[in-house]
Amino acid sequence: MSTPRLEIIEQYCKGCSICVEFCPTNVLEMDGFLVKVVRPEACIGCMQCELRCPDFAIKVHKD
Amino acid sequence: MSFDYDKYLRPGKLPHIWCPGCGHGIILKGLLRAIDACELNKDNTAIVSGIGCASRLPGYVDFNTLHTAHGRAAAFATGIKMAKPEMNVLVVGGDGDGVAIGGNHFIHACRRNIDMTYVICNNFIYGMTGGQFSPCTPTGDRASTTPYGNPDPVFDISQLAIGAGATFVARSTSFHAAQIDKLIAEGIRHKGMAVIEILDDCPTTYGRRNKFRSVVDMMKRFKEQAVPVAKAEKMSKEELDSKIVTGILHREERPEYCEQYAQVVKTARSL
Repeated sequence: MSTPRLEIIEQYCKGCSICVEFCPTNVLEMDGFLVKVVRPEACIGCMQCELRCPDFAIKVHKD
Repeated sequence: MSFDYDKYLRPGKLPHIWCPGCGHGIILKGLLRAIDACELNKDNTAIVSGIGCASRLPGYVDFNTLHTAHGRAAAFATGIKMAKPEMNVLVVGGDGDGVAIGGNHFIHACRRNIDMTYVICNNFIYGMTGGQFSPCTPTGDRASTTPYGNPDPVFDISQLAIGAGATFVARSTSFHAAQIDKLIAEGIRHKGMAVIEILDDCPTTYGRRNKFRSVVDMMKRFKEQAVPVAKAEKMSKEELDSKIVTGILHREERPEYCEQYAQVVKTARSL
């Protein structure tokens, strides 16, 4: 299975950092008031970020 | 697989107005997953709300929606259900809207056991109007109108709903995001008044006044406090003192109001 692809919708992200805190493999980091994908290869596709994001700002695409 | 929320959202309405980290967004997503699981038809579903942060929710969703007077969501929803009993009626609102200002409508909707699903987003505060204390603000906690601590005892929304006669009552928190949609879906499938209380976080007006460093801290306290129903049954009253019991708290079968009323109409016509 290939590594899932993360899509950040920047105009929706409010920088609450919930996804960063709940990611079990530290794929995400805060970059000022926006979230940034810093270690895409570490993503295990657990969907925690997408499930918990209150702002519809992150999507996990699995092929 | 990624859930397609877009098919239920009104185009061009996002980003929503809620503050960064507000739990209402998590509840909105849970609600949409529940509606999807129950395969509700958009044209045959009404989502009703009163006034408040949580009550802004219907504005973002592509169903028949009604944004009504403060606290009166249950009354308007009762009207919809009585006029069109075949419709799926959902009500969304906050703790202040639902059980303070709208407390009267809420308890009587429960008493009648009218077939609707009431999702209460309990964030312990009046967020939109500036952080005044609500009947759900924990005793001793600070709000803009209780700077020295809230002296009032707390309303337990779920127990209030059970006491008033709701036939399905469940509780979850914004931390338990995967549980929210399952409970709401159970509530939608239930014939009668279903109340789903979801404890969520208001980082802006409640969290920062009550020494939570971040919204994640607020969510983690729900994780620590939550106890599933099955486990809670084995615990003493003292042990449960600072805990939140989650899951389906109450379920019973009782005649539904619209059906009872249809019988009255039938009887009157046959005279």
